[in-house]
Amino acid sequence: MKKFTLPFMAALFLVLAAAPAILDGYNLSLLGRFLALALVTLGLVWCWGKGGVLSLGQGVFFGLGGYAIAMHLKLMGLPAGEIPDFMMWNGMSDLPAWWAPFKSPIFAVAMVFVIPGIASFIMANLLFRRRITGVYVSLITQAVALAFATLLTSQQGVTGGFNGLTNFTTLFGANYGTPEMQKTLYWVTVGFVALTFVVGILLERTYFGKTLLAIRDGENRSRYLGYDPVPYKVFAFTLAGILAGVAGALFTLHVGVISPAMVGVVPSIEMVVWAAIGGRESLMGAILGTVLINFAKDRISTALPDAWLYIMGVLFMLVVLFPPQSWKLPRLFKASKKPTFKEVHGD
Amino acid sequence: MHFFAKQSRGLLHKVAGSAIISLSVGLLAGAQAEDVKVGVLHSLTGTMAISEITVKNATLLAIEEINKKGGVMGKKIASVIEDGASEPATFAQKAQKLIEQDKVSTVFGGWTSASRKAMLPVFERLDNLLWYPVQFEGNECSPNIMYSGAQPNQQILPAFDWAVEKGYKKYFLVGSDYVFPRTANLIVKKHIENDKLTLTGEEYVPLGGTDFSSVINKIKAGGPAIIFNTINGDSNVAFFKQLAAAGLTAKDYPVMSFSIAEQEAKAIGPKLLEGSYAAWNYFMSLPNASNKAFIKAYAAKYGKDQLITDPMIHGYVDVYVWKAAVEKARSFEPDKVRKAAVTLKEINTPMGKIKFDANQSLYQTAYVGQLKADGQFKILWDSKKNLKPEPYDALAFPGKTCKP
Amino acid sequence: MGDTALFLGQLFNGVSVGSILLIAALGLALSFGLMRVINMAHGEFIMIGGYLAFLAHQIIPSGASLWLALPLAFVGTFLLGALLESTLIRRLYGRPLDTLLATWGLSLILQQAARQIFGPTGVEVTAPAWLSGAINFSGALSGLTIPHVRIFVIVLALLILGGLLLLINKTRLGMLVRAVNQNREVASTLGVNTRLIDMTVFAIGAGLAGLGGAALALISPVTPTVGQSYIVDAFLVVILGGLGSLAGTTIASFVVGLFSAGLQTFTSVSFAKVLLLAGVVAFLQWKPKGIVVMKSRALEEA
Repeated sequence: MKKFTLPFMAALFLVLAAAPAILDGYNLSLLGRFLALALVTLGLVWCWGKGGVLSLGQGVFFGLGGYAIAMHLKLMGLPAGEIPDFMMWNGMSDLPAWWAPFKSPIFAVAMVFVIPGIASFIMANLLFRRRITGVYVSLITQAVALAFATLLTSQQGVTGGFNGLTNFTTLFGANYGTPEMQKTLYWVTVGFVALTFVVGILLERTYFGKTLLAIRDGENRSRYLGYDPVPYKVFAFTLAGILAGVAGALFTLHVGVISPAMVGVVPSIEMVVWAAIGGRESLMGAILGTVLINFAKDRISTALPDAWLYIMGVLFMLVVLFPPQSWKLPRLFKASKKPTFKEVHGD
Repeated sequence: MHFFAKQSRGLLHKVAGSAIISLSVGLLAGAQAEDVKVGVLHSLTGTMAISEITVKNATLLAIEEINKKGGVMGKKIASVIEDGASEPATFAQKAQKLIEQDKVSTVFGGWTSASRKAMLPVFERLDNLLWYPVQFEGNECSPNIMYSGAQPNQQILPAFDWAVEKGYKKYFLVGSDYVFPRTANLIVKKHIENDKLTLTGEEYVPLGGTDFSSVINKIKAGGPAIIFNTINGDSNVAFFKQLAAAGLTAKDYPVMSFSIAEQEAKAIGPKLLEGSYAAWNYFMSLPNASNKAFIKAYAAKYGKDQLITDPMIHGYVDVYVWKAAVEKARSFEPDKVRKAAVTLKEINTPMGKIKFDANQSLYQTAYVGQLKADGQFKILWDSKKNLKPEPYDALAFPGKTCKP
Repeated sequence: MGDTALFLGQLFNGVSVGSILLIAALGLALSFGLMRVINMAHGEFIMIGGYLAFLAHQIIPSGASLWLALPLAFVGTFLLGALLESTLIRRLYGRPLDTLLATWGLSLILQQAARQIFGPTGVEVTAPAWLSGAINFSGALSGLTIPHVRIFVIVLALLILGGLLLLINKTRLGMLVRAVNQNREVASTLGVNTRLIDMTVFAIGAGLAGLGGAALALISPVTPTVGQSYIVDAFLVVILGGLGSLAGTTIASFVVGLFSAGLQTFTSVSFAKVLLLAGVVAFLQWKPKGIVVMKSRALEEA
């Protein structure tokens, strides 16, 4: 399978590299934002597909990354001494202290990694040290997503509330939104996806990658064998959190807006579906699944808005009933996977 | 993709073909050369679909009527309908698509402030024109947006002045937790303070929230004379059901609503709402002839027993103003249309005679209506003349103006 | 309105919110506990119950329609539940995370179907005249109002709970359910038709949601998306209570209801919601298995 995957991957990245020459501005910007979303899915492959931890709260980390960069953009567009417009409408007169450091581009970019990283690290430790597993993790992370979206909305004076943050003018000294910037942004996104993918392929082969699978397939059994599953799961969860944060920042730059509508319960579940469609433990599948489903959504929701929810609903059921990773024929997207202990011997 | 002609909006083309095709080739959807394309961008799915689909319908009706009478400057209007899916990011994405790919001359659409805010930078960057049909919180004037919905001084403040005139001294403000209620209430609070009246409380409930028991307790604890309600959507149903269950009738606790029009009243149940007030710039019960003709035309196209609301009328009127502006400018260029639109003479519409101000918002009359048992509003009060739109409230945001 | 009246009013509201949560969560606890099914479409069963109440009102347009609505909602959603269990859910046993995704897909389909059948704006369901009054207090408690319809919901929640406890503890079906719950393999070996038990339990859970939906329609909207407003809270109550424990779910419902009303006294409804969710997550840190820990072999390792 490896011999299929690698050439295929090389071909895909060649196509992606050539895309700006082929696609018009709109489709290129779509591809760029969907590739940004693919980073979330790549994270989910680690945390869910390989780690067995289904997080329904990826929107939280996505939002943290997105807001971190959006705060910077909001501050950069301001004349000296002014505060962002939405703060003024909320009757505020001074910039909150915790906003101020985001004026620095280096700080803001660092925070895109650091804040989601710390948040997911803390959350992972809280969950896994207490041996909270399975559906508990899913439902708790879902509650956190709901709480986070509600919090963002209710603190309108400092977060922009339901509207979120938008109307950016400059990015790192350049004009925001020019075709050149879009193209640069696209390259940066492709770069991140390629890097994440290659690192992922290498990580799959390491001791860590294999132990993670072992823990997923039999956590207690691994414990008996002397492995402490906690650091492995914490690492996978934190990795997924950081990737979601980077995805959020890139997505915000592509689209020009971040708002609570993109961080709550529903978007978080949608992210999981992208991973499920890609085959949940295949890195290649994650990228293809995310890009294809989002292009499909863009077209179908325009042509047949009534049908989109049915299609989406049926898709959810199909990928669960007939998971792509169990298909026999198209083994292209399938990660190398030996039968699990469970499958061979039963539980 | 010229071999997919305009009419082939078939399942096969859209579903099977498009995802793959559009990956490789830009989709140059081909309208006929003599058509002028306009975008219609509303949420057709998601939580806002409830409200926005009817605005889309009204907009399309206007386009159809204009086409029947020969179109605009001899060209038929071809509408490109897109779904904003109730997500700001999708609105921004689709706005970009309409302008860059479909090359539309202008776009009619949007409902929530979140969707407008997300689209604004796209329209400014690509220099196109958006016609926005819904009442909003003001504090914004983009040269690339025509704001036909009411500014605060055309809906919520006239309603406040009416309440003051009626002798109400105590106010309770309740709203959904988003931008319009919070900003509108900030303005109202300044005026309450300025007029030496009493504010007994202010509450926000998450959009879609269904539990109002604590809010109602707080309302009763404060004993307000009138409740200003900026709750949006489904939550209104829960609010009025629970208000009625707690025995708070319109007589004891009059409610003035800012997001309940004829359609919402029907979904909540006119029985529960009977006697409560609403403020708008249009009611279906307006007696003018143009309104009656519109209601008839709408029913002929979309079936009888259709309810017409304020945002629908604005969506309908916008198309006619755009047509008049294009004809005055003798051009479809957004920049020229925009300049022509603010210098037009008054146009006769179902909501009365209207025109745009230089700040690109609409001169319009404010009405206060009271809901009757049949689900229609009895108009109690009107502002007598068209009010000049003020994007910034002088009391709440002193010194702020739109720079034309 | 005095402080005492306000306090008592909020206390009552807490119980009322708790009873609503209980109605929403009981069916979930049942199928979650026995079959490890995370039914994300549970909220949509509540929604369907509301629409069936609306239909009942179309058939009998009078105050008595409620007596048709409740059984109609139960039977309708029971049958739908049985159908779904035998076609979809059954294939996913032993994969709780997958049931979560599949039932979320199901919930999208049910929402869109409701939107196309009944329209996006929702339908009108109002409380009958005999339920629309309220008990008003005077004197020191002046201002305190106890709406009849809220009392009705509380009583109904307790009746559903009582009925369920009787069913599980006193009937033959209940005995079989307990047997399957304790040890599925052994029960099966001893001749219990575990598939039939699973289907029945899932259908009862769905039916209870529908029944609850018909009652909640009296105080909440009936729209295609109304189920979404219950589902996350209902799940939190279920895990807070302890997996599959009816007693735990009941305690958790009222605890959450009372805390919610208490917090809302001091802060905005929005922020109270954030605090409450954070509180539940923090509590699960302290007691990951919830309030009532069930001891059963079948429940080890998710």
